[in-house]
Amino acid sequence: MDGSFCKQILMKEVGMGVSRRQFFKSVAGTIAYAAVISAVPERVFAAWNQKAFMSETMAAAIAAKYGNLPIEDSAAIQIKSPEIAENGAYVPVSVATTIAGASNITIFSEANFAPLVASFDILPRMRPDVSLRLRMAKTANLVVLVQAGGKLYKAVKEVKVTIGGCGG
Amino acid sequence: MQLSRRDFLRILGLAGAAGLIPGLASSRTPGTDIYDMQEFGDIRLLHITDTHAQLMPVYYREPSMNLGLGSSLGRPPHLVTGSLLKYYGISPDSPLVHAYTPVNYVGAAERFGKVGGFAHLKTLVERMRGEFGSEKTLLFDGGDTWQGSGTAYWNRGMDMVEACNLLGVDVMTGHWEFTYFQDEVRKNIAAFKGDFVAQNVKVREDALFGGAQAFDEASGHTFRPYVMKTLGKHRIAVIGQAFPYTPIANPSRFIPDWTFGINAIDLQQLVDTVLSKEKPDAVVLLSHNGMDVDIKLAQDVTGIDVIFGGHTHDGVPQPFEVKNAKGRTLVTNAGSNGKFLGVMDLKLGGGGKKEYRYRLLPVFANELPANKKMQSLIDRIRAPHLATLQKPLATAGGLLYRRGNFDGPFDQVICDALRKRNEAQIALSPGFRWGTTVLPGQTITMEHVLDQTCMTYPETYARDMTGQDIRNILEDVADNLFNPDPYYQQGGDMVRVGGMTYRIDPTATMGSRIDEMRLENGERIEASKKYRVAGWATVGAKSPGEPVWETVAAHLQELKSVEIHKLNTPVLRNIGNNPGLDLT
Repeated sequence: MDGSFCKQILMKEVGMGVSRRQFFKSVAGTIAYAAVISAVPERVFAAWNQKAFMSETMAAAIAAKYGNLPIEDSAAIQIKSPEIAENGAYVPVSVATTIAGASNITIFSEANFAPLVASFDILPRMRPDVSLRLRMAKTANLVVLVQAGGKLYKAVKEVKVTIGGCGG
Repeated sequence: MQLSRRDFLRILGLAGAAGLIPGLASSRTPGTDIYDMQEFGDIRLLHITDTHAQLMPVYYREPSMNLGLGSSLGRPPHLVTGSLLKYYGISPDSPLVHAYTPVNYVGAAERFGKVGGFAHLKTLVERMRGEFGSEKTLLFDGGDTWQGSGTAYWNRGMDMVEACNLLGVDVMTGHWEFTYFQDEVRKNIAAFKGDFVAQNVKVREDALFGGAQAFDEASGHTFRPYVMKTLGKHRIAVIGQAFPYTPIANPSRFIPDWTFGINAIDLQQLVDTVLSKEKPDAVVLLSHNGMDVDIKLAQDVTGIDVIFGGHTHDGVPQPFEVKNAKGRTLVTNAGSNGKFLGVMDLKLGGGGKKEYRYRLLPVFANELPANKKMQSLIDRIRAPHLATLQKPLATAGGLLYRRGNFDGPFDQVICDALRKRNEAQIALSPGFRWGTTVLPGQTITMEHVLDQTCMTYPETYARDMTGQDIRNILEDVADNLFNPDPYYQQGGDMVRVGGMTYRIDPTATMGSRIDEMRLENGERIEASKKYRVAGWATVGAKSPGEPVWETVAAHLQELKSVEIHKLNTPVLRNIGNNPGLDLT
């Protein structure tokens, strides 16, 4: 998880206006990659919440992460993910929001053993637009929570994982 | 009885007069043939789709079962026979009944003859272009063009590229095109004289990193996402939408660098960009989504004037009008196997609600003389393989076809062959919608078998599966067909079964639709018990057995005459009086 967490932040901050291949080339190799990572402010790493990430239910993970902040559904959260996954072991997901003052984006996969998949702290000068790849064992809802001020906003999208092999 | 040409034209003319298009009926003169299009509007857009490499005229029976549930209940394309005729106001004595439905199929097929064939299609395309002014017309091909015949398989699709170049296809997108190796796909596209477009095919990031070729490295698009076409003084944007689930429904191992999806959000952004940057007179989407997905997409995405759709092989006589937040999008579907040419005349201007005239013209081969150039190309393509194609295998004791939600007689033949040749209790065969029709009394040739089976992963298998495995497969495929949200469907029909029966409630949720699974002898299929299962067309990895066409051909040669007395259709629950079902 840490790998894609860092990589995605880098993409958003460094990747603007650079083609993907150029970007990947520019950070290719462990040394270059590590060097750029070290430039990310230390407080990005400060938010790791062991209890939330290890929780076995979504409710417990939400409680561990946010306490009992109120949650409301929001159409201002855009989840880009495949409706049917090409490979459940590697599901690309992007989340963007237009909610003002968004300070955190957290992504859950309901059916995973530990439903909290990733949590992104959004710093004031970052665009609230993150992407990652996650593993899903079976069909489940992706649940996204965005924190802004003292409130949580929620959006849901189902990702179907098929066994395949016999379809038309 | 075959009709004389004169009688044929007269009947077709009456069909035109019978009011297929409300509002046009009165302006139509009896005695003119259905191919007479009254000129209308500024541009003419022609559309073929899902021809499945059928270069020669064929028989193709439309389905008598195409269930629609929830929001798709009772609306196109989920209408069959009488429900379809009533919805579109088609007179029961019109020959269009034969084109759009399976009503009195055998008699009508004998009367009107074969449909499609690229030489006949070429004649119709030339006529539609010539009379309107070629420079104001475009010909679209929605894909599933390079697969479905022995000749396409042996030529890895290149024969169809040649045929489409001669036909004059301007823009295409794809699905089964991607069942060749990605280098072959690129080679075919390079030889194609039109534009191959797909906004929803991207190069995987890791493949890009490894140096894989892309149309646009910044966006990741594998192919050109859209193309601008100039028609006289007008400019049209044509966006491509390939089949979104290609690497799931077909083997991803052939195209490891490419990733697909519906990508509705990307599509909206692209439409918005095209509208502001190109300022086109019209935006069309050439789609291989399938009609239900297209209808939902037309609700979700604004700014598209027409979606020319395919994949689900629905011969839909008129566009379905979808209202969305900013206007209206027309959704068409133009059938399959070269049977139809969609013709849309569009009046430009008028913002989000352009006036149009549309006809889904059946290609009656007897009434459209073969174009000589195309026929000689087809003859050249077929010549090296003619002996194989024409090899007689058996006689059809009854009507053989595939299309239907759960079963078709030709699938019964395939399942019987798989079970017998592999000594299996149960057979599974994919619910494809391609494959042509054989009339009673006709000789079944190797070409017919290839029409039903020819693809790049035809290998068979026989292996032990538990009852639970079998149920999981049925549930998985049933959800691809009956998920209430079209974005979660894959198109195609239910997997066909041999040697077993089951019960299905299409309205139930995923995982709880199937029960009452029994072997042929009535014995209940136990979840933990193992059964010998034979099948073909495995998507995940190559199977060890012979190509399925060899299995089927050997079976047919033993049978000599094929009699299928009863379709292996499951017991249906909670379907009620569905207009997508006609059991008569």
